[in-house]
Amino acid sequence: MASTPKDRADFRESRHSSDHESFLVYRRMRWAKIGAGLSLALFLGYLLVDQQPRPNGGSWYGYTLGSIGLGLIIWLSLLGIRKRKMTEGHWSLKAWTSAHVYLGLSLVVIGTLHTGFQLGWNVHTLAWSLMMLVIASGIYGVVVYAALPSQLSANRKEMTRGQMIEALAAIDRQLEQAAQPLDRDKADLVLAALEQDVFRAGAWTRLTGRYPNCATKHAIEGFPDDYRTLSDNSGPEDRVRALLGRRAAQLAQIRRQLRLKALLEVWLFVHVPATIALLAALFAHVFSVFYYWG
Amino acid sequence: MPEVFRVAIIGSGPAGLSAAGRAAALGMSHVLLEKTDHLSDTIYKYQKGKHVMATPANLVLRSDLDFAAGKREAILDIWNLQLNEKKINVKLNAEVTSVTGETGSFTIELKSGETIEAQAVVLAIGTQGNPNRLRVPGADLPHIQYQLDDPGEYFDEHITVVGSGDAGIENALGLAADDAQRNTVTILNRGTDFARAKDANVKLLEQAEQEGRLIVRRETSPAEVRPGELVLDTRDGQETIRCDRIIARTGSQPPRGFVEACGIEFTSEERSAFPRLSPSFETTKQGIHVIGALAGYPLIKHCMNQGYDVIEFLNGNRDLKPADEPILAEKFARLPGKYSVDEWLDLFGKNITILKELSPLQLRELMLDSKVHAFASGEVIFARNDPGSSMFAICQGSVAVETNPLDPSVTVAIEQGSIFGEVGLISGRRRGATIRAAEPVVAIEFSRMVALRLLATSPAANRAVTRISIERQLLQMFGSGLSAQDVAELVDNAEVVELRAGEVVIAEGDEDKDVFILRRGSMIVEKAIGGRQVFLSYLPAGTYFGEMAVIDGQPRSATVKAAIKSQVIRLPGAGFMALLDRHPRLRERALADMASRRKINAFVESRKHSFASAVDMYSETAQFLVDNGIGEATDVLLIDENLCIGCDNCEKACADSHDGLSRLDREAGKTYAHLHVPTSCRHCEHPHCMADCPPDAIKRGPDGEVFIDETCIGCGNCQRNCPYGVIRMDAKPPEKPSLVQWLLFGKGPGPGEAPYAWRKKEAEKLTSDAPKVAIKCDMCAGIEGGPACVRACPTGAAIRVAPEKFLSVARIGESD
Repeated sequence: MASTPKDRADFRESRHSSDHESFLVYRRMRWAKIGAGLSLALFLGYLLVDQQPRPNGGSWYGYTLGSIGLGLIIWLSLLGIRKRKMTEGHWSLKAWTSAHVYLGLSLVVIGTLHTGFQLGWNVHTLAWSLMMLVIASGIYGVVVYAALPSQLSANRKEMTRGQMIEALAAIDRQLEQAAQPLDRDKADLVLAALEQDVFRAGAWTRLTGRYPNCATKHAIEGFPDDYRTLSDNSGPEDRVRALLGRRAAQLAQIRRQLRLKALLEVWLFVHVPATIALLAALFAHVFSVFYYWG
Repeated sequence: MPEVFRVAIIGSGPAGLSAAGRAAALGMSHVLLEKTDHLSDTIYKYQKGKHVMATPANLVLRSDLDFAAGKREAILDIWNLQLNEKKINVKLNAEVTSVTGETGSFTIELKSGETIEAQAVVLAIGTQGNPNRLRVPGADLPHIQYQLDDPGEYFDEHITVVGSGDAGIENALGLAADDAQRNTVTILNRGTDFARAKDANVKLLEQAEQEGRLIVRRETSPAEVRPGELVLDTRDGQETIRCDRIIARTGSQPPRGFVEACGIEFTSEERSAFPRLSPSFETTKQGIHVIGALAGYPLIKHCMNQGYDVIEFLNGNRDLKPADEPILAEKFARLPGKYSVDEWLDLFGKNITILKELSPLQLRELMLDSKVHAFASGEVIFARNDPGSSMFAICQGSVAVETNPLDPSVTVAIEQGSIFGEVGLISGRRRGATIRAAEPVVAIEFSRMVALRLLATSPAANRAVTRISIERQLLQMFGSGLSAQDVAELVDNAEVVELRAGEVVIAEGDEDKDVFILRRGSMIVEKAIGGRQVFLSYLPAGTYFGEMAVIDGQPRSATVKAAIKSQVIRLPGAGFMALLDRHPRLRERALADMASRRKINAFVESRKHSFASAVDMYSETAQFLVDNGIGEATDVLLIDENLCIGCDNCEKACADSHDGLSRLDREAGKTYAHLHVPTSCRHCEHPHCMADCPPDAIKRGPDGEVFIDETCIGCGNCQRNCPYGVIRMDAKPPEKPSLVQWLLFGKGPGPGEAPYAWRKKEAEKLTSDAPKVAIKCDMCAGIEGGPACVRACPTGAAIRVAPEKFLSVARIGESD
């Protein structure tokens, strides 16, 4: 409720021109509009231009579409460099991502119109299919980027990765102490849980978050809570049971974290290699077109 | 008849040692008293292998002892060697308990009961103070120690740590860290919780307790120390435990009490005050001199030079030119007229009001850290919205303040002898107006640290600056059309009020009519709606509030309370009313201001039913941000966790833009409602890190960023003082192979901060070793395009905000 120095805020306004908005809505969806406009214009052109003998990548309009598509693909693939090269200047990776997403999507229209819907078993269609694969994996990426971060944050509960691992190690130290008075077979259950390398898991396990061979789970089953005895729950077994429960909970948090991170990253294992394959196929495609010119 | 020394030097740090060295060289009878069993305890206690720096580089070292930047061990070795070579008469294990007598015959009493007679005394005891001793029977037994150098050297012992602060907890954890040492560690806490310690330390301690690695005894204090045993007072009576070693970490006593007991006066009651000194370092108690950190000069070179000088003065050398003479001469060379250093100093002292009380020595030291400028007529000294926290004093000429940003011709003059720029100094914010030289001007620019030291040492300067700053803040606030005479009455009745965090200044519904200027800190404004406190807005320093009630006569419409420790100026409502009556234009402007605020109130009222939950959520989020230090921030990195994919590109970008070390930790820090405050500098209005930087290496830069320059000596004070844990101490790593080499050939660690192992391995290949220095976010100052973390975020999760923009209730509307 008072006067605020306005100039300071104005100064920051100019510097952080685009602060709190996601890459999807960057600058009122500027790149979505550009991408859609470009697609629409080229689609209308496809309908209006009289291509003889039929719409084809080899007509003048086909070459136009192909050149635009090629240029876009090469530029889009440079995002990988932009992201890692911290140069000075007024660029923003958010703007790049935004453009990458929407211009990438417009390639569905541009690339497909370039084919003239003439698909077959050849290097040209291979390039088109790779492009569609890259775009499909990219769409998956956009979906998970929009959906998963909040879950990642909620699961983290203000803990860093290091703290989670340290918490697990702390529980393990306590378990080792607490398991000393147990008899042999019970102690073996705890030892098996402690000895299992909890971070060794296949890609599928990571992505599904299901760990059927979890020794901790197995150990918990070996320490059933016996309500019939009405004991005061303070014996060594009860302590171990409680600790195993805590270990399972901590493991679950780490595994959820790993799963979410894996889901956020797995598509890149398709997107990036497919992009490189696409660039190779495009080279072959362009080369063969010009080699067999005329 | 015991020997009477010409001078007794107390404290064998750089200052005392250098003084003793000079005395020895002059053949003056002297004794150097050191309370521990080694020289220079403060440097001795630095961690092993610490690189000690020799700043300021341009200051000549004038001492009989050598000193150059290097490892702690090398420096101590040289001093120990030279101590013998120069036949310095040192007495170790000689803790002084009192100094009595008059000049010419002082009696120095040692803890051992021994007394020493001396004609003059030099106090060079630093500012560390003495650790508080245990006050129980048996407290003099030898197995009690007050510090712990290496926790790894004790085995198979029952060790009790007394003290529940960070030092005690860290010691206890260190002793219990390695099971192989088989120590039984107990830590005693008089209370039930560890309120004085850092949260992170308490958590570690509680975890160690759960794991059975150490024993924590709460509501327990030592009652009696016996050989091999410790008697404890517990809640349930006395108990005796086995105890081979006691480590007492119950804080320390600042040396001020001892110094005052010697009959020495300080410049003020404030904790930061220093003893009052003459040009020859003599205190108000004739014959006792104070040099070094205790005199306010914490850098080693300064201390050593003072040690030399004080003995020369004692020896009757009155013509001694201080070692800084060439530096000052160079500084003053750019000023017009061909005056000598002494003539300039004389002129400064005579012409500038706030410097009048200072001794030539103090003036010299002040000038050493200050800049002098000569401005041509019409030249801009600083422009509105320039950052800057320095204060200027006019030695010759006068300046014109452009009070109206739209019309540069409207100016107010500031005369010779006065000061300007003090608002930035006090509020830590940007310059409020452009200032030009009205005629050729010679001015002194005091950096923030120097200015604060001046205010702390000279009460008259402090009073003058306070009055001027209140007057100027009033004039600036009301814009053009007011003169100093108009507001004189208000200034006279103004009252500076200190506020604790959370203290209410204005309570909603109250009938009082005072008006407030927020001078330092920040406020939050709340309004009770449907039984809930709704966060309305955040007020940064430099704003005024409370005038609505004066103008419309209604009860207070909202509650204003301090977000952090703050300082406001209270202006009596009646005086404010009278001022408005005399100046109808001011009233118009005030009414216009009120209209926009009314709108916000109305907006909140209108939303309270339909968007109650949104308003609630907003209030809680705002409160969370204020709790996390956003209240004192000027620019803060936030991460919207609805968008953050955890790629850490922000950290990588940070490292790649700054010598290969990241200055932010994305994951660490608090989160509320998916708004995450990562561990990254907030660029506080009054940076805690600046509070105690010996070389004054922490500064506020052109974009308001708080940064550490290359004069950092790696002492780690700033790291300890930062409440947000955003400063790290690390050595600059070697250059990485380029991105292309990594992309194509897999050379080097790739983008981002290289792993510790790689840095260590590469650093070993180099010949010179890089010292560990403090590093922190500098807001990417000097990097075109601005903060790399924000530019490198692919999804828009990382944002940098100024709190007043982010914490505004109007944002609820945006997010709907």
